[in-house]
Order: sequence, then structure tokens, then C-alpha cells
Amino acid sequence: MQTIYTDVLVIGAGLAGERAAIEAAQAGFSAICLSLVPARRSHSSAAMGGMQAALGNCAKGDGDCPDVHFSDTVKGSDWGCDQEVARLFADRAPIEMRQLAHWGVPWNRVVPGKSMYFKGGKQFEKEEQEENRGLITSRDFGGTAKWRTCYVSDGTGHSVLFTVDNVCAQLGVEVHDKTEAIALIHDGVTCFGAVARCLRTGELRVYLAKATTIATGGFGRIYPCTTNAVICDGGGHIPAINTGLVPMGNMEAVQFHPTGIVPTDILVTEGCRGDGGTLLDVNEERFMNIYEPEKQELASRDVVSRWMTHHIRQGKGVKSPYGEHLWLDIRHLGEKHITGKLREVYEICTSFLGVDPIHQLIPVRPTQHYSMGGVRTNKDGHAYGIKGLFSVGESACWDMHGFNRLGGNSLAETVVAGGIVGKKIAEFLQGAEVTFNSSVIDDEVKRQHERIQHLIRCKTGTENVYKVRLAMQQTLHVGANIFRTDAGLTECVAKLQEILARARQVGLKSNGLGVNPELSAALKIEGQVKMALMVAYGALKRTESRGSHNREDFQARNDRDWMTRTLAYWKNEKDDLPTLDYEPATGIFHIPPGDRGYGKSEIIKADSPAGTKG
Amino acid sequence: MARSLKFNIFRYNPQDPESTPHMENFVLDETDAMTLFIALNRIREEQDPSLQFDFCCRAGICGSCGMVINGRPGLACHTKTKDLSAEITLLPLPVFQLVGDLSVDTGSWFREMYDTTESWIHTKKVFDPAAQEERMENEVAEAIYELDRCVECGCCVAACGTARLRPDFLGAAGLNRVGRFLIDPRDERTEQEYYEIIGNDMGIFGCMGLLACEDVCPKHMPLQDQLGFLRRKMGITTLKNLFGK
Repeated sequence: MQTIYTDVLVIGAGLAGERAAIEAAQAGFSAICLSLVPARRSHSSAAMGGMQAALGNCAKGDGDCPDVHFSDTVKGSDWGCDQEVARLFADRAPIEMRQLAHWGVPWNRVVPGKSMYFKGGKQFEKEEQEENRGLITSRDFGGTAKWRTCYVSDGTGHSVLFTVDNVCAQLGVEVHDKTEAIALIHDGVTCFGAVARCLRTGELRVYLAKATTIATGGFGRIYPCTTNAVICDGGGHIPAINTGLVPMGNMEAVQFHPTGIVPTDILVTEGCRGDGGTLLDVNEERFMNIYEPEKQELASRDVVSRWMTHHIRQGKGVKSPYGEHLWLDIRHLGEKHITGKLREVYEICTSFLGVDPIHQLIPVRPTQHYSMGGVRTNKDGHAYGIKGLFSVGESACWDMHGFNRLGGNSLAETVVAGGIVGKKIAEFLQGAEVTFNSSVIDDEVKRQHERIQHLIRCKTGTENVYKVRLAMQQTLHVGANIFRTDAGLTECVAKLQEILARARQVGLKSNGLGVNPELSAALKIEGQVKMALMVAYGALKRTESRGSHNREDFQARNDRDWMTRTLAYWKNEKDDLPTLDYEPATGIFHIPPGDRGYGKSEIIKADSPAGTKG
Repeated sequence: MARSLKFNIFRYNPQDPESTPHMENFVLDETDAMTLFIALNRIREEQDPSLQFDFCCRAGICGSCGMVINGRPGLACHTKTKDLSAEITLLPLPVFQLVGDLSVDTGSWFREMYDTTESWIHTKKVFDPAAQEERMENEVAEAIYELDRCVECGCCVAACGTARLRPDFLGAAGLNRVGRFLIDPRDERTEQEYYEIIGNDMGIFGCMGLLACEDVCPKHMPLQDQLGFLRRKMGITTLKNLFGK
């Protein structure tokens, strides 16, 4: 058994994980990132649109400041976020963008002079000031008061990830790619690292560390239709859930992005609408200007996705062999803009759809996109429940997004939180000494060896892992989607419990030797179904509508009873339901709960008497 | 009437003592808008769960799924079966170490390239968190991004005559990386320093000018222009070194 020691172990080598590792390395600590894929293939690379930071350099961002960014973020979260964390984020974001520029990110810059832009299909003029020439510029994104999203054409995530991974190479942060962490090593109090499976040989390896950080992104792949990469399957959350001690925060808060393409669910960036693209129905007529006169296509994602679904239900969807959809229209932006600033969109449309977006409409529908929930941490990124365990980025519930995150805020979160949490990890390491107990390590390795042997030998059954996974995905799709009801969620939970029993009876068809992909899937299926249950059960119990969580039978946002964050534990391995607990959504109110200015406005106020309807 | 597709897929699991390299056939009914991503996953889920291949974003962005498709390196995720014949042959990318079946180890290769080219900004300036960012013309930023778009899929390396002959050749991806920093005003390296890295047969002078790299690049990077630019630049540096200024 190969055992590798490092000061900081980071599970995941996307932007959040690598940014945190850099901070630790700069403080003189050794850091290793584990990754399923070479670091630069991490899903951060697919984030096209940009990062929100209140630099206020461009004309339409004039007067912007972290206060306004903070306020947009809190409203976007539907007052579900931790306001102290959102404040930390908004204040730090501009500095982080400059740090990235220093490291080499080719941000688009302010070009002085007059130029045209589109909003809601109409053309307007703006003028950039000479004094701001060459400073980092921004584009418009949903749910924001100003143009605040810094971007690199439509390859922002790609370009920033390449830059950050360059810095990792420079600083000697190791990336062990094709390596999958399958369990945490802990004694019930402290985390000592992880047991990992090498995806070059299939062998198990032990990583020992003083601090372990989960930075594995979202878990969209527990849904059948998602914009997420195939590696975003919750594989990093499962080891934390399996401790029984670490809660997942707000798992029911799942974002559906308005513009996944039909049928492959690949995302086309919000930048399309930010740059002036419009949504059309079966009659090729706009509708968002009717539902949301103020923000129109650029209301927050939860709101736009809901209205799109509503509009389809009104019979205005376009029928197709893959179900009903709507249209995204960017034709009026012109060839130069589409093949320049929206080139990835152009390539996705032409290569995956055979649609030329310069002349044709793009078929889109709301698709699972982002997990606001995840490993619950405090504002330092330290996980609840176990010492020495951290989490950062989409995998964490830090929690600046609450029940809906704004476009451009997640990519920004990766690096901003990565920097903040990385610094806290370095502080934690200063003077921290850990005593490794070899029997704790050996026991965990033995447990994982046994799990693998049981799967290969079909000790508990011969259920087909792919069939069980599909059943889980479809159940969640039907029961815990954009619109939710008591009946739908109750059925969803019951079905998932049956599927959990099946997941416990999975056995391999193939021999399981080497980097066997069936074994990889089988090792996480039980954990995935547990996560699906956390989503569905959390949604069932939350009898209100907030952000992306929309209950048709409880349509009001209930600030009296539900200004809370759900904490979902899997206390005993053999339980068939998570244990739910709640904590206040935020300790500090900089902005008291109010109207978002878009979306529906039915609110049960915090001071309204119990039993009333607001 | 849907076509019946016959896939000839390279199989070998180095971790299985009983496995030997061979080709294996699978038959699938073609469906509407089918890509190799859809086809390979169906083969794995319905016919042989041990089949190894790599996908990640499945949207042509991350570069994971490079393989040789009917003799030509390309990204499997954005390859539509309707653009291929009914018989489809899939092989792993050459040059890179085989992990199993269609999966290869590109990570180690590229990581080594970062070290060789010192793929990061070399500057003596220290970041000042309180200062405004340094200015840059938007055109310069766009030119850098144009070269930063490489997804490191390895197709250009797999298609390269020189890379097949000498394992230490940087390939178009590595040379393009140097070109990216060369035009970045933030990188303070001198021409001579770049010459130390690529002014040799491992670098730009190893390029035979066959330019399959440009033909197969799924991101349509301007590799031909880049290689020409670097060859000229380094050629001039060679002359300067020979004859002084």
C-alpha cells in the first residue's frame, strides 16, 4: 500500500481547490490535489460567461461597488444566504480579479468610445471613457443592478483555470490526476486524509494530511438532464456524508439554468441573454417582457426558469421528439459578435445541434445546472462535524448563494472563496500537529478493500449499477424538479427508498480488474441515492417557496418559519432516510428580508402571527 | 430506416493478466443526433461495462475524449455518427501512455510540458492588492486568449510526425504555449530565454512542417501561423547568436 503524506490534501483540482492549494503553498505548506481528470479538464473550464466583481470600470458598471454586489447577491439568494459570507465574498472579489490579471488571465478590457449594445432585442448606445482604457471590463448578467461580470470572451472558466493551474505548476502544488478519493480517514473527531483509488491501475492508495479539503464541484449528475460534466456526480460529497458527522446544507436548493440546449442539455451561457439575446415561444414571440417587465430575460435564473416552465404549461412550448422547449434568439447580435464573444456558443450550436445561431433559433429549456447545497462549512470553510476537514467552491455550502445563485457568482466564488478558505487552512496548519493512528488508517483501508471485493463477488446481490442509477435520476427528475408538491415529493422519497435498497444490492457484471468503470460507478451508487434522498426529503419538509425551491402548495416565501438552512445528516449507514436539522440562515442581517424586485412577491413576514397566511 | 452501426474498438486492460491487445466489435442501432459520447456510453451500459474511455464535459470544451476515429484524431463527444460510415473504428491516441482500451494518460504528458516550457508568467513584479490592475489593450488580451484556447486534448501531438519519432518533442500544443507567453506583455522573459526552451530539435526546429496538427485541431487553433511565427523568430535569434548583433 502506497502512503503519501502532505500538509494539505485537496480532493478536486478545479478552480476552488487549486486556488486554496496555492494559498497554502505560498504559506510554505506542501499541497496535493487529487483529481478524476487532468486538472485543466475540471468542470470549472466549462464556465463560459464570467465572474462577478464590482470593479465598476465600464460605462454600464459606473457607480458599482461591493455594497451593490452584496445586495444583488442577498436578493438573488432570496434571503437564504449567510450575509456575513456574502459580504466577505463581495468585498474580496475585485481584488481577486486583479490577482488573476497579475497571474496572466487575459481579461477583456475597456475600449474607449461609443458602441452599441442590445437589451431585450432593442439597440442602445453606450460610451466608454478614455480614462478607463485598458482596465478590466464587464458584461451584463441576470439579477444584477450593474454590468459587473468580468470575462474572457466566452472562455472565462477555461482561461482562468489554465492560469491558476499554471501557478500551481510554478509553485509545485502537485496534482495527482486520475485519482478518486473514496473514503475519508477519521476517528470521529479529526480527519487524517483519504483513501483513494488510482484510476491508472485500480490500486488503493492512502493520503495522509493535516488538513483535507473537499473541492469536487456540484452533483448535477444525480439528475438525468444536467449541464454538468460527467464527473460532477457527488463523488466528493459521499465520503463526507458517510462519516455520519458532517451535514449537507440546503440540498433541496437546486438551480435549473434557463438555457440548456435540447436534446443534449449542454449549457449555452447566460452571456447570450446578457449580451441582448431574447427568449421566444412557439409563435416566435417574446414572453419574459410580459412576466417580468423590469428585468425581462435578465431576471434571476430561478425566476426565468420558472416562467419558461409556466409558459410551456400554457401551451406555448415548441413540440419536439425530445419534449417541449422554447427558443433562444441571438440572431440580431450579428455574425461578428456571435463568432467572437460567443464563439463557444456558436461551436456548440453548430457541432451538437446542426443549428447556425447567426441565422437560426436555438432550442432551449431549463436544465439542472447548479447545486447551492453541499458540505456545510463555517465562514472559514471548515466543515461542520469534523476537525481538519474543509470544503470550498460548489461542493461546499459556505453559503453565499442561499436558495438561488446569480450567474457569474459561482465562478467568482471558486477563486474568491478559494483564496479566503486557503488562507484559513494555512492559519489552521500553523502550529497544528496531528498524531496519526495506524489502526484508524488500516481499518479504513480494509473496509474499502472489502467493499470492492463484495461488489466484484456480488456478495449482496446482482443489481445492475447503471439501471439503479437511471432509476434514481428519473425519480428525482419527476419528483424534485422546478415545481414541487407534497404529493410528488412524498412519492419521490418513497421510490428513492426502494432504489436505495436496490443500490445496496449492486454487484458487478464485469471482472472489476484495473480501472474498471463499472466498479467506479458501483462504489458511489449508494451514496448518490442518499444524496438524492437529501434533496427530495429536504424539499418535502420545506413547506415554503424560496429561490429555486418552488412549492406549488406553499407558494409564499415564509420568513416567519423558514429563514433557516437545512442540515441533512446520514447518521447511521443503514438508515433509509436522512436526519434533518435546521439552523438560522444568517447570523447577521445587513439587509432585512424584503422584495427581490423580480419574481413573485408573496411573502409571509417574519413578524406575522403564526397560523396566518401573511 | 435507422442504420446499424458496427464499432471496431481497441481493447486492452494492462491490469488484467489475461487481457491481450485486440479489436472487438459492437453493434448498435443509430439514433437521432447520436454522438460517439452517446454511442460509447450505450455500449458500456448495455453490452460491456468494463469498456474504458474518457469523457468529462461532453461539450467539446474540456479536451478529455481525444481518440483516433476512423484513422483521424478528434474529440469523440462532438463527433456525430451520421458524419461517419456505418463501420466505425476507434483507437486510443498514440504517443500517450495507454491506461486501458480508449483511455490514455494525457495528464502526465502535459504536466511535463508545463515544466519544460515554464508555462507561467515570469515577472519580478509583486502583486499589490491595494492597487488598480495594470492596463492592457483589449486587442492584446484577445490575441492572448486566441492562443489560450487550446484544450490540451492531445490530438495535435497524436497526429504529429515528429512526436511519433521523438518522445521529447514539445508538439504544437507545447510550442503554442510558448507563443502564448511570448506575446504577453506581462511575461518578462527575453527572446534568448525562449530560445533556450524551443530553439532546438525538441522545440521548433524539430517541426517537419507536415501540419497535421492544424488539420486535426478541434478548436481550430492557428497552429500553422504559430509554428511559422516561432520558427522565424527563433531562426533570427539563431543568427543573432551566431553573428552577434
